[in-house]
Amino acid sequence: MKAFRILAAGLAGLSLAAIAHAEGGAAAHPHAPEDGWPFEGILGQFDMPSVQRGYQVYREVCSSCHSMKLMSYRNLGEPGGPFFDPEYPNANENPFVKALAADVEIQSPTPNDIGDYDFRPATPADQFRSPYANDNAARAANNGAAPPDLSVMVKARHGGASYVYSLLSGYPSEDAISTREVTPAVVTTAASDNGTPDDPSDDVAEVSTPAVMQTVIDMSKVHIPGHDAAEGDHGEAGVLIQPAGQYYNPFMAGDTTPQYEGDPRKSPAGGFLAMGPQLPEGRVTYNDGTEATTEQMAHDVAQFLAWASEPKQTNRKSLGLPVMIYLGILTILLWFSYKRIWRKVEH
Amino acid sequence: MSGHESSYTPNSGFEKWLDKRLPLIRFANDTAITFPTPKNLNYWYTFGGILAICLVIQILTGIILSMHYEASVDGAFASVERIMRDVPYGWLLRYIHSNGASMFFFAVYIHMFRGLYYGSYKAPREVLWILGCVIFLLMIATAFLGYMLPWGQMSYHGANVITSLFGAIPLVGESLQTWILGGPSIGNQTLQRFFSLHYLLPFMIAAVVILHIWALHVPGNNNPTGVEVQDVEKDTVPFHPYYTIKDGFAIVLFLILFAAFVFYAPNALGHADQAIEANPLVTPAHIVPEWYMLPFYAILRAITFDLGPIPAKLLGVIFMFAAIAILFVLPWLDTSKVKSMRYRPVARQFFFGFVIVCVLLGWCGAKAPDAPVIPALQGEKILVVNYSENGQEATSEYKGDEAYHDAQRFMASLPEGASPSLAAVAPPTFQFSQLSLILTICYFGYFFMLFFIGLTEKPKELPESIHKSVLKRHKASSATAVPAE
Repeated sequence: MKAFRILAAGLAGLSLAAIAHAEGGAAAHPHAPEDGWPFEGILGQFDMPSVQRGYQVYREVCSSCHSMKLMSYRNLGEPGGPFFDPEYPNANENPFVKALAADVEIQSPTPNDIGDYDFRPATPADQFRSPYANDNAARAANNGAAPPDLSVMVKARHGGASYVYSLLSGYPSEDAISTREVTPAVVTTAASDNGTPDDPSDDVAEVSTPAVMQTVIDMSKVHIPGHDAAEGDHGEAGVLIQPAGQYYNPFMAGDTTPQYEGDPRKSPAGGFLAMGPQLPEGRVTYNDGTEATTEQMAHDVAQFLAWASEPKQTNRKSLGLPVMIYLGILTILLWFSYKRIWRKVEH
Repeated sequence: MSGHESSYTPNSGFEKWLDKRLPLIRFANDTAITFPTPKNLNYWYTFGGILAICLVIQILTGIILSMHYEASVDGAFASVERIMRDVPYGWLLRYIHSNGASMFFFAVYIHMFRGLYYGSYKAPREVLWILGCVIFLLMIATAFLGYMLPWGQMSYHGANVITSLFGAIPLVGESLQTWILGGPSIGNQTLQRFFSLHYLLPFMIAAVVILHIWALHVPGNNNPTGVEVQDVEKDTVPFHPYYTIKDGFAIVLFLILFAAFVFYAPNALGHADQAIEANPLVTPAHIVPEWYMLPFYAILRAITFDLGPIPAKLLGVIFMFAAIAILFVLPWLDTSKVKSMRYRPVARQFFFGFVIVCVLLGWCGAKAPDAPVIPALQGEKILVVNYSENGQEATSEYKGDEAYHDAQRFMASLPEGASPSLAAVAPPTFQFSQLSLILTICYFGYFFMLFFIGLTEKPKELPESIHKSVLKRHKASSATAVPAE
């Protein structure tokens, strides 16, 4: 039937449009955890214990640098949230959410009776506490790179939750990282010119800089999931020099070529970011006894951020089903009405 | 047809009273109930009704969204997220509105291609076509203004790119740009005026839609044969119930597609950078517009050379606007008297080529201009050693498996002071900027070809009437289904 052909063509066209959308930098392709994400697919739901653990990781690790300004503590206890309790439809009355909020001390956003801004335990109505007073403070405390707000992080990156998971668990392992001392080559630079053109000795000066410590990553020991190990056969994999205060991650967008000692045609995927590996094994102690491996923590916090980026995602999907069924029935009814009305007209 | 006699007879006393004062019911009856419509309209003709629904959906959701939206650089981003989180069903309204824009353009492109295929722009429907082009132009403006409002990274930097185009106009460009932005750069005042205009333009669209329908109802619908209605009795059916039910069916199918995006892939057509609050100091790696603007964006970027006194940037702007402007004069570019491509064997092939060109232009618009079109054809990167020899810059190139070792050996062999550096350079290949230029020429070429094809083409035999074409087709299909006994 023609209408369906048009519909199919439209679907194909639109999905092409979606795929054709701009590409990011040359970073390794983010990958989902082995079992995939439970919230994906038409009937996907969040794995709430994982989101709860993710909140713990955020609270104990991420929140010391990253804000989540669009989140309030009440969101945790709202329907679809990780600490929702059907006994307390109003999250502001949920004692567990109250306790989670009270765990954090914030500066009150409103002045007290005499006009001062007190420090007090947070209430469910308060926003998540921001670690820094403003962007400048955040930059100053982090080598000039302000940690981004995490409220909509999963929506803000190509690859979504998989990106967050891959990045957090994708740092090179300890045994690939070493330090070395380098004495920079003697550099000849133009020095002060004394104005006598026929005296060549004053035009150049030898400047030597003291030896510096470099952090280098042996790329033959870095395994990027879904990518071939970097040229292991000839032992040709080069080393990557980490700029001071920066960390290499294969999933970060960027260009490693200027920092790569080796064949520039084979510079590794990824880039450098100011955040170092934050989730070494056992970084948090989960209340539910789950083993806190790097992958587990990255998985949980990625799922928490996926929920925080779109708390109404599950409502959206569960409303989608009845809407589709309704439209489907309506289509059938209209099709038969159409056939009946036109039955006597040749067209 | 405007000439069709009114068949409305007021029944009740109130209807009779009203009919003498303001014949509103008569008007509605004549335009939407009894209006004679060719009986052979296919599903491509349902997109007019679909577009009306799109406009209504956008206006209704937009009015409610604007009740919660805050047009300020400090609050816009957070207010949109607040709509998604705290407004009851705000996520639904916002996703309908943002995906609705995509659906609107998807439908309008099909509607326009349908008009091109069946020659709906030809006499006596030139004004109808031109009004449609005005609507399309207003839609582009509205979508562009609306894309600014969430105040994401793409909003800001996209608006920056597009408004700077006005700066390319000689003499008045810079003042014009400042006037549009309300200042030297995009700021709070720009966001507020974009919001104001984004609210205004849809109502202007609605007004032009009324004119569009009026202009449709004077000559009546075109139809797939392109043969005008001769006998109202035989060739047409009343709009209601025949086309209300057919359009209704198509609209519901369209809504299924719409709902699939809203409920299951609401962000598939958007860009991840839109979820990052606008930051003038950080420019995204690739600035791309929404998918429906991509073909025009590709034309804009296709021009990379100056033409005499015209700089490349201005030339790109001229071509981009010309790509839309040429649609306005299309009724006079096409010289063929035959409307429908069904009976134009040569022009028909060109039409399908044109559709492919438009889709490929969209593809080009999404890609970086210097990216290879076919990465597999690019070949391996070349290693280039840059060094200085006797104070002169010199280069040496290496290819193949041993290239790296050769280059290293060469670098080691250089005398001190040569300060060699090694870089990998991609060999020249066919890039998107080149493909865009070819496609741009094809885009405009189509309209010029229509002029010449119309003069030389020998069309197929036209059916005598709509009625006869329907009967003939019916016979042909039953004849193939049941072989002669």
